[in-house]
Amino acid sequence: MQLRTTIGRIRGLGSAREGTGHWKAQRLTAISNLFLVLWFVFSAMALTGGGYAEYRAWIASPITASLLILLIVSVFYHARLGVQVVIEDYVHHEGVRVASIAALTLAVFGLAVACIVAVLMISLGS
Amino acid sequence: MAKAERPLSPHLQIYRWYLTMALSIAHRVTGSAMAIGLLLFTWWLLALASGPEAFATVQSVMRSWLGLLVLFGYTFVLFFHMGNGVRHLVWDVGYGFDPRTAYHSGVAVLIFAGVMTVVTWLIVGSAG
Repeated sequence: MQLRTTIGRIRGLGSAREGTGHWKAQRLTAISNLFLVLWFVFSAMALTGGGYAEYRAWIASPITASLLILLIVSVFYHARLGVQVVIEDYVHHEGVRVASIAALTLAVFGLAVACIVAVLMISLGS
Repeated sequence: MAKAERPLSPHLQIYRWYLTMALSIAHRVTGSAMAIGLLLFTWWLLALASGPEAFATVQSVMRSWLGLLVLFGYTFVLFFHMGNGVRHLVWDVGYGFDPRTAYHSGVAVLIFAGVMTVVTWLIVGSAG
């Protein structure tokens, strides 16, 4: 028996009216995080004992800069999705919940942009 | 509208804690902690972009005993969330749900996180 209307079924958005977008993005960024974070941890380990000049030289390479920007996008987006769910589950007052998620989104976007600009500055040598 | 006096489901605190329950909430706690920890990552990158003095400040904080303790904890939390995240991805495609397998995969995640943390810090320690 089909209880859903035809329009509801073809939209595929369900009762929360947002479909599976959040869930899928969380899994996709989980997989990209797995590779990018492992790369970052091993690279950071290889640079242990290095100072300012060694880290700058590392990021100055276009491949490092590209991977680092991918890591920033993937990790910050994943953090936004995850903390959003935590807020949705535990903050019951609707106004506070909406405001918290908005603040979270702005904070994550701000930090991610700051990180990307830092990588670009280093890689372009300023 | 007055709240109806309905019977509640058993309170959380009367449940016996299972490993699977503990790991489930730990996944959220570690994820949230790492989200806050992104502030440290941002600070480190911005300092590296802004100059040697700023970077020296970050390095001295990170190499203090408190800084090392936080980084050590972060390493364990990172590898735990990574391992448990893969466990979740396996569940997402439909495998490993029976209680025995879920328990064993949980133990495996803890061993993975512990071993990776120790190996990471042994390598970091030997490099100085």
